[in-house]
Amino acid sequence: MGNSSEAIVHIKHLTKSYRRGEQTVPVLTDITFDIPTGEFIALMGPSGSGKSTLLNLIAGIDKPDSGILKVGGTDIALLSEGELADWRAANIGFIFQFYNLMPVLTAFENVELPLLLTPLSFKERQERVELALVMVGLSDRMEHYPSELSGGQQQRVAIARAFISDPVILVADEPTGDLDRTSAEEILAILDRLNKEMEKTIIMVTHDPHAAKTAHLIRHLEKGELDVEN
Amino acid sequence: MAIPFSYIIRNLITRKLTTLLTAGGMALVVFVFATVLMLEEGLRKTLVETGSPDNVVVTRRSAETEIQSVINRDQAAIVESQPEVAYGINNVRLTSKESVVLISLIRRGSDKSSNVLIRGVGKTGILLRPQVKIVSGRMLKPGLSEIIAGKSIADRYNGAGIGEKLYFGKREWTVVGIFDAGNTGFDSEIWGDVDQLMQAFRRPVYSSIILKMNDPTKFQALKARIEGDPRLTLGAKKESIFYAEQSQVLSNFIRYLGVALSGFFSVGAIIGAMITMYASVANRIMEIGTLRALGFRRNNILSAFLTESLILGAVGGVIGLVLASFMQFFTISTMNWQSFSELAFGFTLNSSIIIKSFVFALIMGLIGGFLPAVKAAHLSIVDSLRAV
Repeated sequence: MGNSSEAIVHIKHLTKSYRRGEQTVPVLTDITFDIPTGEFIALMGPSGSGKSTLLNLIAGIDKPDSGILKVGGTDIALLSEGELADWRAANIGFIFQFYNLMPVLTAFENVELPLLLTPLSFKERQERVELALVMVGLSDRMEHYPSELSGGQQQRVAIARAFISDPVILVADEPTGDLDRTSAEEILAILDRLNKEMEKTIIMVTHDPHAAKTAHLIRHLEKGELDVEN
Repeated sequence: MAIPFSYIIRNLITRKLTTLLTAGGMALVVFVFATVLMLEEGLRKTLVETGSPDNVVVTRRSAETEIQSVINRDQAAIVESQPEVAYGINNVRLTSKESVVLISLIRRGSDKSSNVLIRGVGKTGILLRPQVKIVSGRMLKPGLSEIIAGKSIADRYNGAGIGEKLYFGKREWTVVGIFDAGNTGFDSEIWGDVDQLMQAFRRPVYSSIILKMNDPTKFQALKARIEGDPRLTLGAKKESIFYAEQSQVLSNFIRYLGVALSGFFSVGAIIGAMITMYASVANRIMEIGTLRALGFRRNNILSAFLTESLILGAVGGVIGLVLASFMQFFTISTMNWQSFSELAFGFTLNSSIIIKSFVFALIMGLIGGFLPAVKAAHLSIVDSLRAV
């Protein structure tokens, strides 16, 4: 377990439950753990174990019921809706299972989206987007629409979009869940490079033990509680 | 910076058919709205331009129109001798004692009749209306049963064409000329010699006196003198105002009917836009969730969807206005409820109507898109991302 002073994610006694009709369903119960800066961690567990909920909380798209949740030193549970949006834009890169690209935008425009929230000029944005697409091996597909790309290529576009604004943390929810083995390997290799070469902290939720092996640390969630396993 | 405009436009283009159908619905409403305003403007323009600001119409004080007015010869002589009356060539006083009557004529190619106004004019009658030009044949000669017909009448009524004859006032009258009054109300009249007409209809009195002022700024003095003279029971109005007032009743009716109709239709178009926009939100829930996760704020989402529906409205507005502009090629005729005679007028498009119609279209888009946009902006990010 990482030292909390160096931890980019600091979680203490975190709880989260959902209301389903009249019933309150607990999803996370008293989670306490830290993620060190620069870590590549895989969260595993059966469906409904709360791993995606934990990821959503860390990424600032959901709010905990109680407990402490500090990401990059910011207590994100205290941020307002608008502040949280700005915080996500600056600190978090998202990678989704189904890529979540805008179908009407080209690969270039999809990658450019997060930069529209920054003060960068078009020229600066263009340079960065082109560099990011070169890094994921899609320099020849910039003007292609998502429907013209394979699943693996779409996920690479999504990864370029995730790191384009240089966030500190990348969150990936089943990033290889919709891909064949070869494409999955390529995606995992890119994530590994992002972790090693660009020192991004990566938090990946996965069902796939093979994918989890790319991570340096694996955590299991079971019925809202965390086990430690390396 | 907000969500890129290309994203909004391409989403509309992707759903071409839905976009066109929704915009088409709004275009029809804008068409109705613009057409009605154009009709009202055409009527107003026709009647307002009928009158000249230098001319004064004197009628019986209680009469709203020339048809209702009676002026006897003594009173006419007093009015003619007012010092504000202008003089023309050969020191002719520029006044025209006129008598108007309504006759019923049969439309060409049909057996339906309408009231047409016959105006008996003095020698100077045509000098007082410089917009009236003889376009075919010649001017009528005083003392004869000759008439000239406005072009709207000549084209549309049996016996009103050049060389044709009309029977009224127990006499036969020959149409010796056709005049063009520049799309004013006179185009819907037939003119004859005032003395001949009064004899034929056995009328001892005039209906109105038209006079040109030597100095239009003295109108108030003239009006006060005519209206204050105990021998006269007459009122004076500037000719332009006299005709503008004649357009009031019909113009108001057209406006209220048109606005009410457009109002009802617009409810349908707004509901159409709302359904389209709700569908657009429903189809893009995951995209909305993704954009929010990437850091776009609620108001970015709200403005993106509002912009989308405003574009729908704008497209509808442009199509509707283009369709409505073709209406300028049509002329319609109807009964002017104040003179009870036929009046022909066209559809007139001006910049004010273009702006009003376009703003109307945008408002329809905005109202239609508002609730869907609010819904889109308030979706939970987590729920939206699950909607794959």
